[in-house]
Amino acid sequence: MEVEINGERRAVEAAPETPLLYVLRNHLGLVGSRFGCGTGQCGACYVLVDGHPMASCDLPLSFVLDKRVTTVEGLGGASGLHEVQKALIEHQAAQCGYCMSGIAVSAVALLSNEKEITEDKIRSALDRHLCRCGAHNRVVKAILSVAK
Amino acid sequence: MTSRVRVEEDGTVVVMSGKVELGQGITTALAQIAADALGVPLEKIRMLPASTAYSPDEGVTSGSLSVSEGGTALRKDCEELAPLFGTKSPVLGRSVPRLDLPRKIAGRPSYLQDMVLPGMLHGRVVRPPFGFRKLVSIPEGEFVRDGSFVGVLAQREEDAIAMAAKVRAKAQWERSPEPPQDIHAWLKANVAETHVASDKGPLSRATLKAEYSKLWIAHASIGPSCAIARWTGKKLEVWSHTQGIFNLRRDLAMVLGMPEEDIVVTHAEGAGCYGHNGADDAALDAALLARAAGGRPVRLQWSREDEFAWEPYGAAMSVALEATLDAGRVVSWQHQLWSNGHTNRPGRAKQPTLVAAAHLAEPMALAPPVNPPLPYGGADRNAIPYYDFPAQRVLNHYVREAPVRSSSLRSLGAYANVFAIESFMDELALASEQDVVAFRLKHLKDERARKVIEEAIRKSSWGSFKKYDGAGHGLAFARYKNLSAYCAVVAEVEAGEELRVKRLVAAVDVGLAVNPDGVANQVEGGCIQAASWTLKEGATRPASSWEDYPILRFSEVPAVEVSVLRNDFPSMGAGECAMGPTAAAIANALHDALGVRVRSLPLTAENIVKAMP
Repeated sequence: MEVEINGERRAVEAAPETPLLYVLRNHLGLVGSRFGCGTGQCGACYVLVDGHPMASCDLPLSFVLDKRVTTVEGLGGASGLHEVQKALIEHQAAQCGYCMSGIAVSAVALLSNEKEITEDKIRSALDRHLCRCGAHNRVVKAILSVAK
Repeated sequence: MTSRVRVEEDGTVVVMSGKVELGQGITTALAQIAADALGVPLEKIRMLPASTAYSPDEGVTSGSLSVSEGGTALRKDCEELAPLFGTKSPVLGRSVPRLDLPRKIAGRPSYLQDMVLPGMLHGRVVRPPFGFRKLVSIPEGEFVRDGSFVGVLAQREEDAIAMAAKVRAKAQWERSPEPPQDIHAWLKANVAETHVASDKGPLSRATLKAEYSKLWIAHASIGPSCAIARWTGKKLEVWSHTQGIFNLRRDLAMVLGMPEEDIVVTHAEGAGCYGHNGADDAALDAALLARAAGGRPVRLQWSREDEFAWEPYGAAMSVALEATLDAGRVVSWQHQLWSNGHTNRPGRAKQPTLVAAAHLAEPMALAPPVNPPLPYGGADRNAIPYYDFPAQRVLNHYVREAPVRSSSLRSLGAYANVFAIESFMDELALASEQDVVAFRLKHLKDERARKVIEEAIRKSSWGSFKKYDGAGHGLAFARYKNLSAYCAVVAEVEAGEELRVKRLVAAVDVGLAVNPDGVANQVEGGCIQAASWTLKEGATRPASSWEDYPILRFSEVPAVEVSVLRNDFPSMGAGECAMGPTAAAIANALHDALGVRVRSLPLTAENIVKAMP
């Protein structure tokens, strides 16, 4: 089977029902997508599927065979980190950082799909993402700084 | 004695601290301390992960002690080497960026969960989402079993998950009794010992009494626990996100019946750790499964359900307060609390505490949760009022039997004790028609305590708060453990169908802040986590998913402003000081908004309605 991950066609040997998260982490070595719950409730494993943020932990591999998948590792393309990731670092917008990959993925989608970015829009776009350390406000500030 | 510091040929300084990174940024703060003591640039410092193979035994990374204890020990070792280096570098007291964040935010391998060892197998445990006495029956199949401990191994992670689900679906366990319906009544009926934490002066007849309570609170780390174990003959290597590598090793040796020297425990970072979660238990699970792996390493990952069901929770508590007012001053004060112990960490008792130890074919009795002694305290942490009262008595009613497994959660008993004391201070002030700020200040001699209160008042513009229907503000203060960081919090809330916290302003004094932005980040995170506990969290039995254990989300998080006072007093930890003050400030603001005194946490619509007259 072949999937398009971060702009590259990658061959994968896995059953079609395998959750995408394990294909990414174990078969392709892309561990930036983190395991949090396995049921799409926490947001730690989010990736972009054709530009839309989706949980990868309960998404079967078969679903993405004809689609483009972008993981946190691919957000910045060849140029390294995406502006959102740079801003997260600049604002020291994390404590443990475990939830940040999913948050970065959703933030990038928001910035590319919305013209007028407001604090409320950021908060509602990130509402699916749980953060236990309490880095929320720094994250919002970091994303706002990119939008400006 | 081995030094914590070693200099490489190229001038790199290798630092081996016994304290571990829990997401709190301690690696960066310790690197700053080493750089400062040696007089070298921060870039020259390389921090090694803690390991029983080479690190000093610095106990557990807990209690906001890593800067004061771990930092002081590291500084001493560095200063012995300092003559080798140049002049002091101005790195202390500067907000240098966290060393570990770039790779984490880039999505590079950063956590134990991301580690891959050659030939590694994936493991899962098969446990039900409820407490059990024993495994009754299990279908034929492919699994590893030792008594009632069951797990599976597979080459591929997805296969391990599927195998575990299949076995779990058909296995049957004899359940333990459900936790009591009314845990607070039950605690009072099951006291094992009463400890007098403070007793001074004769008490007077109380003029005001009130009772406060909290339920069980989960650590609820976003990344469930994980561990890797590998056997080489009779020797065992374990990688764990434990808070105490040596403590874990002692319990592993006890359960596995082997000498400690044959086990190496190495720390690897996990997701955010807010106290004793499932990390240590997962390490034993991994070691047990790896025994069946023929020398191959086993990566054991708990599911979200495993974590909610089996991690220890912060203990439920009841607090009863009484006081006597005379001429507007508190002349007599009594604090009684009822609680299980607040620590069940491994490596401290003659019995193990690790979950699987009780499930083996030769089961071991587990040590009960206990309390660290005062002055730090456990259930009685911050139970002794920091105010100057002429007469006071503080009683800690310890309940040994724990209906839900409990252990250290960020700030231990201080969360409930400060919530109670600071709510009651407002009640006393209001009952005697006094200003809540002035009432606190007139009972506080400590200048540093007064300063954080005054700073929180100033920064929040307390005096010009705009009152409208449903809006209120409140203040609370505590000095963590009565000997560590000072923290005052002002909360502004809006009470509609549900209580919303709009704004939190915290003022803290941690002495010399090694990394001021790191302190601010910890306090800001503490305020938000405490707001989540206070608004939403309270379990009567272990949860099973985020659906039955909601936490505060992005759209619900208040604005938070943190003011870190500047001074040169000895450095103190910052991670836990905001928990209690935040809870009480919110409850006091709720009272200001609605005139309703809610003494049962969390402050849900249901508990608010119950408290209405």
